[in-house]
Amino acid sequence: MTGARSQLFAALVTGPLRHAAGRTVLAVVVIALGVALGLGVTLVNRSAASEVSLAARSLFGLSDLVVQGTGAGFDEALFPVLARLPAVALANPVVDVPVRVVGQQTAVTALGIDFFRAARMQPSIGVDAPRTNLSPLAADAVFLSPAAARDLNLKEGDTLTVQVGLAPVSFQVAGILPAAAYRQRAMVLDIGTAQWRLGQLGKLQRVELRLRSGAATEEVQQQIAALLPPGVTVTTPGAETDEALRLTRAYRSNLTALALVALFTGAFLVHSTQSLAVIRRRREFALLKAMGVSAREQIASTLAGGAIVGSVGALCGVGLGIVIAAAGLNAFGADLGAGYFRGIAPSLKVEWLDVAVFFLLGTAAAIAGTLRPAVAAARVPAALALKAGDIEDPAVRGNTIAGVGLWVLAGGLLLLPAIDGLPLAGYAAIALVLIGAVFLMPAVTRLMLRLLPETRSVPWQIATAHLRGTARQATTSLSAILVSFSLMVAMAVMVTSFRTSLDQWLEKILPADLYLRAGFTSETAFLDADDVSALVALPEVERVDANRFAQLAVAGLNTPLALIARPIKEQDAGRTLWLEAAATNAVPGDAQPVWISEAAADLLSVRSGDAFTGSIGERAVRFSVRGIYRDYERQNGGVVIDHDAYVRLTGDVRANAAWLWLESGADVDALVDRVHERLPGLAEFDVRRPGEIRAITLRIFDRTFAVTYLLEVIAVCIGLAGIAASTSAQVIARRAELGVLRHVGLLRRQVGFMLAAEGGLLGAVGVLAGLVIGAVVSLILIYVVNRQSFHWSMDVYFPWTLLMVLSLSLVAAAALTAVWSGRLALRDDVVRAVKEDW
Amino acid sequence: MLKLKNVRKSFPGPDPGRPRAVLAEVSLSLEPGDYIAIMGESGVGKSTLLNLIAGLDVPDSGDILLEGRNLATLDDDARTLLRRRRMGFVFQAFHLLPHLTVAGNVGLSLALNGIAGREADERIAELLKAVGLDDRRDSFPKELSGGEMQRVAVARALVHRPAVVLADEPTGNLDPESADQVLALLRAQLKRDGSTGILVTHSAVAAATTDRVYLLTRDGLQLQSSAASARPA
Ligand SMILES: Nc1ncnc2c1ncn2[C@@H]1O[C@H](COP(=O)(O)OP(=O)(O)OP(=O)(O)O)[C@@H](O)[C@H]1O
Ligand SMILES: [Mg+2]
Repeated sequence: MTGARSQLFAALVTGPLRHAAGRTVLAVVVIALGVALGLGVTLVNRSAASEVSLAARSLFGLSDLVVQGTGAGFDEALFPVLARLPAVALANPVVDVPVRVVGQQTAVTALGIDFFRAARMQPSIGVDAPRTNLSPLAADAVFLSPAAARDLNLKEGDTLTVQVGLAPVSFQVAGILPAAAYRQRAMVLDIGTAQWRLGQLGKLQRVELRLRSGAATEEVQQQIAALLPPGVTVTTPGAETDEALRLTRAYRSNLTALALVALFTGAFLVHSTQSLAVIRRRREFALLKAMGVSAREQIASTLAGGAIVGSVGALCGVGLGIVIAAAGLNAFGADLGAGYFRGIAPSLKVEWLDVAVFFLLGTAAAIAGTLRPAVAAARVPAALALKAGDIEDPAVRGNTIAGVGLWVLAGGLLLLPAIDGLPLAGYAAIALVLIGAVFLMPAVTRLMLRLLPETRSVPWQIATAHLRGTARQATTSLSAILVSFSLMVAMAVMVTSFRTSLDQWLEKILPADLYLRAGFTSETAFLDADDVSALVALPEVERVDANRFAQLAVAGLNTPLALIARPIKEQDAGRTLWLEAAATNAVPGDAQPVWISEAAADLLSVRSGDAFTGSIGERAVRFSVRGIYRDYERQNGGVVIDHDAYVRLTGDVRANAAWLWLESGADVDALVDRVHERLPGLAEFDVRRPGEIRAITLRIFDRTFAVTYLLEVIAVCIGLAGIAASTSAQVIARRAELGVLRHVGLLRRQVGFMLAAEGGLLGAVGVLAGLVIGAVVSLILIYVVNRQSFHWSMDVYFPWTLLMVLSLSLVAAAALTAVWSGRLALRDDVVRAVKEDW
Repeated sequence: MLKLKNVRKSFPGPDPGRPRAVLAEVSLSLEPGDYIAIMGESGVGKSTLLNLIAGLDVPDSGDILLEGRNLATLDDDARTLLRRRRMGFVFQAFHLLPHLTVAGNVGLSLALNGIAGREADERIAELLKAVGLDDRRDSFPKELSGGEMQRVAVARALVHRPAVVLADEPTGNLDPESADQVLALLRAQLKRDGSTGILVTHSAVAAATTDRVYLLTRDGLQLQSSAASARPA
């Protein structure tokens, strides 16, 4: 290009951007927000993931293989067997139990290790140990990881008291480990001390193995697997790390999907504002064409404008995204408030590849949004468009067949199972439903225009004539409202359904009058048989159901299922469990009846009536599934077994929680005091009424969804701002027409009514369509995406009031924006308005 | 019928507190059936004057009376209703509503005045016939030429038999031939209904089609020529 031509091209590109500065800024903001949200969530996820794997790796040190039991651990007699294997160079036994810190609602991971073996497995341990005057082998010496020291606010020489059973046990902080040793909140102590003082006598949770050089890891793994009792597995540290990540992947991918939705909405809004701009600037395009600007140059200049908007927006977006990620990590933690990664404190890791990808995504979104409008601009019929009184072709051609086709395709995708544990097909179906709906919008517009009633009111007649004449603009506006509003509706329905289901579920599964929990660390904090008897003996207490939380390992599952032992009989299981299905067959003679959660059913691929084998402690047991229950508590699968059966199988009479049924008229406050008197040596426990548990649970729910709400609100605001901007741009472009109407004698309020009718009609039709599509999307979210991500089902509840308020506000906002823009358009005077040419 | 007494109007100037006077001491008195032209150099305030008469703007001082009613005493709604019932407008840029048909545009003022059904149809047909566009009633503005559009605009301005028709450079965008046609039409219709007409124009030829020509200057409105006697009615 010559200098002059490139100058002209630059003017063609930047002219429109500068001319409609407000809209340009909005498009930049929209893209920036989309990119920022996407990148922010991705960076937080990435930091969390890398922290989880670092933490897992720091736990396993340089080991090649890990022999791992369930939480209850396995007999330490296994250790010498493993250590003596010829392929094993070094075996490092570990006691690994969470313990509750007295006086705090937190737990630390207690790691009982053999310091000398461990130091060889993990060189960073013990570097500081000799420096202290306390022998690491002293019966009350613990070392804290830096995270534990920071979170518990302890330093060398301080006392750390933890709960074992119901009793407090105190330790001296002998030193703080170097940062490289353990990344999680851990207290490290001698293995013998740990077994003795933490109630783990004779037990190990893990043995880490280093193999002799040259040993084939896989072979050795198989060889070891054959030696292991049921419930004990041998894995590689890598598999353990992956497993730690897998547990949170569904949650993380859902957040990413939400963030991408914001970007999609952004691209769509760029598209609709650009389309409307093309329609408005027909004349200008026609003039340029008449002056000899070629179609290619025209398209190129429009696309270049989009690219500028996109790259500026994306640039701001990546900057903002990094800030958001840092702020989010600080404010909510690595799981953004969901409570998955308690006890790790990740620092932000900015992956430049992520930054680049999101920068390109943002730019591409803006360019893609400009593509169709650019082609439309190049196709403006020059001769026609230059005439006075020109308007765009009002014919709307929809692609109804394509729209319906996309919906059918979406329906097909819904039948697909999760891919690698993620509901990718479900997400794709949602995208197709939305795109299909956009394809069908022209048909909706035509229907709306056909159904518009005729009245004698002149403002109404002009409004309907205008809508008919600008059907294409109307369709674009409708689509924009549809996309933003349906996503809003879908999220509202999903969250309400979830929350209401959770609330009702809590009511069902909390039948007792009072709940007593020894602590949330089931292996170290417990009630023994005497404690339970003491509770039964209280005069206010009518009945006590002891609950034991243990683990159930199943071959083929990397993570053990949660085992809940409590009094339960087949005929009344439905009273304390939310049963989704119940078995009708008889229990096979050799099997123990159990009820399993939906997540467990999915993981085990069993249905009610089926049987499966698992191991409790080191005993393999056959189970018969008597029912499948809904469980919002244990995402990785739960199994309920009768307490008596559990005691018979294991001999374990400890309890972690007790359900108390009270005599009528019992004073609960007095009872709590009595419990403290009756259970001597009691360090800490929680006594809660069902109402409190419900309140706490719902609070946690709301915190978990806080970030979801936030993302949603931002996406909605982007949508509303886009709609408002395009409405006002359209109205302001009609300045002259409004001026003429005032000349020929339309009252101010009649002009206002006319604009309100147009805006309100579009708003109402868009909202109606959005409600329908939003409901469909919410059903996909509830029945497919959530079911596949989290393995829980819920009932659908429509938040009618909320939807009504949202709908009315959106319609009102659309109408008011139109009226307000009309005011703005005629602000100076109607006189100037008619001077302008159109 | 239409009386202007010492009308003054100024607009805020570049420095605040010192308004720029546009109209000074403009007086004018017109009877029904009068058809006059106002000429004057650009920026002298011709359009401003029309807007004051239309009640779209208010004078700083002086009175404007239409059929005995002082516009200054009316609020915006009352002035709008007065415009709706008693005034018609023709603009330089035609300003037909793009989404209404020719008949819809012409019928706009009738509809606003509550005239509908047969009567409305007849009047629209009559006017379209008069402007020679009776075969284009269902066309949209974009399908018309500039001259045709302005003829529709003339029909729209007259269809409800207003007392005053204000035309601001109605031929400014037209070729001489179309201009002649539109001017002839305007005059014929005004004379037929006995309406008062004010034509603002830069064209001496256009001005010559009216009864009297006034010149607007900084000092006010001066009668330039009285062509009425010289031309056939
Ligand atoms: N709303 C306004 N605010 C400020 N100044 C205005 C306003 N309207 C008109 N003017 C000024 O008043 C003067 C008269 O304007 P007007 O439009 O009446 O001129 P005109 O005689 O119609 O000119 P032309 O023949 O070019 O149409 C001009 O200088 C104009 O800039
Ligand atoms: Mg003028």
